[in-house]
Amino acid sequence: MKSFTYEKAESPAAAAASAARRPGAKFIAGGTNLLDLMKLEIEAPTHLIDVNDLGFDKIETTSNGGLRVGALVRNTALAADPRVRRDYGVLSRALLAGATGQLRNKATTAGNLLQRTRCPYFYDTNLPCNKRIPGSGCSAIGGVTRSLAVIGSSDACIATNPSDMAVAMRVLDATVETMRADGTTRGIPIADFHRLPGDTPHIDTVLEAGELVTAVTLPKPEVGKHIYRKVRDRASYAFALVSVAAVVQRDGSGRVAVGGVAHKPWRVEAAEAAQPRGPRVMASDLLAGAKPQPDNAFKLALVERTLAAVLDEAKG
Amino acid sequence: MDKSGHLPISRRNLMIVAGASVASAAVPGSAGAQTPDLARSGAAPVSSKVSFRVNGATRGLELDTRTTLLDALREHLHLTGSKKGCDHGQCGACTVIVDGQRIVSCLTLAVMHEGASVTTIEGLGTPDDLHPMQAAFIKHDGYQCGYCTPGQICSAVAVLDELKAGIPSHVSGDLTAAPELTSAELRERMSGNICRCGAYSNIIDAIAEVAGSAA
Repeated sequence: MKSFTYEKAESPAAAAASAARRPGAKFIAGGTNLLDLMKLEIEAPTHLIDVNDLGFDKIETTSNGGLRVGALVRNTALAADPRVRRDYGVLSRALLAGATGQLRNKATTAGNLLQRTRCPYFYDTNLPCNKRIPGSGCSAIGGVTRSLAVIGSSDACIATNPSDMAVAMRVLDATVETMRADGTTRGIPIADFHRLPGDTPHIDTVLEAGELVTAVTLPKPEVGKHIYRKVRDRASYAFALVSVAAVVQRDGSGRVAVGGVAHKPWRVEAAEAAQPRGPRVMASDLLAGAKPQPDNAFKLALVERTLAAVLDEAKG
Repeated sequence: MDKSGHLPISRRNLMIVAGASVASAAVPGSAGAQTPDLARSGAAPVSSKVSFRVNGATRGLELDTRTTLLDALREHLHLTGSKKGCDHGQCGACTVIVDGQRIVSCLTLAVMHEGASVTTIEGLGTPDDLHPMQAAFIKHDGYQCGYCTPGQICSAVAVLDELKAGIPSHVSGDLTAAPELTSAELRERMSGNICRCGAYSNIIDAIAEVAGSAA
């Protein structure tokens, strides 16, 4: 690990300003992803800004009946909150499907959104990776691609976003609240928060330099059956090959987002109209334009089958 | 204030250390090195003071900011019960309880824990006064080589607290109900603690016994 200076931030504005002043700075909260990457020198911040004392650790009811989840709320606390379990079951389920008890106790809401890909080539510092070293090339294309993207990818990158939580937040139409270095705030719809890789796969999100995530807001509860189904190589503690987050109504209509297939949670609102026509039509609309690799073409069928299982579960 | 922070190295220990460094040199990219590689890092090391409670006693340290909580416990406070397995949060051997919650101590910096209260396996029980979970692991043969055991036991103690607090898991049937004490629940909740020897079924038996007697 490269050495770094360390400060404990005392206010969000001071944290954002400090990060903007130092190009090599990073925020640290739970640290479960950042420290892992720092040990491998994939991330090498020269300065860490510890944001754990900023007080963003509450879940509050909003004036329009939704919830405002502080950026520092731990994954365990969010999954276990009685309001989330009752009204946003898909989010609770998605969180509980990810990582382990130890990691969920540390990992934060903002950190979960900002976690980096688990593409094996991003982690292998002996090989080129456009996400790790811009312009160096993509070792994944033509390599082992079982876990990688089938849609929304580019010739520069076929990495996936590893978050379960973000897939549920996408189906719930959450908004990411931030504070910029100049102290101004904004709300970013979750649909726009994560980028597609394009020619700049080293940039995961639309956050500006020094911009600090302060909360995630959930709209008022979406009525319907909340389901999160994750398909993976182990029954526990593994990233998704494919996951489906859904809120389904009695008539079979509803919302669906898919994880494990793209650089961001994959949702196509237009495809949701096809839901009553069955999983095959819906998967076909949802994955129109998919460009799978030889090793991961199975994900197209897996999305359809996982959708079918979710729609079946919704009837029960 | 513990400033020396180094274990006294005997002739025998030196041979062990030398052997270990040969082994780790043969594995490129291994996370075996415990001292920072200054030649690679370029920038000068930065140290910082931190003070937290470990097993009931306040400990003050001056540490390189890069020091993980695990390395602070093992290398500086000489509490070698917590083990370094993967050093990447994947195996659970370094599990300790911080402010009542189990975490992997390898993926957090010591300097981030000012004022925290840390419990390691050494703080749960002693050879003469075992914690019920330690006694149950012995009774049910919940280990073979024992390397993962301190992490398993710290994790198991916290799992029972999490169940008691009503925190649901991936296998909980009804999110709004209190989770049930089943072996499926225990297996899911313990999935972050890997046992290379495969003592899992006995580990679950040990935890179930403690959970049953506590209920």
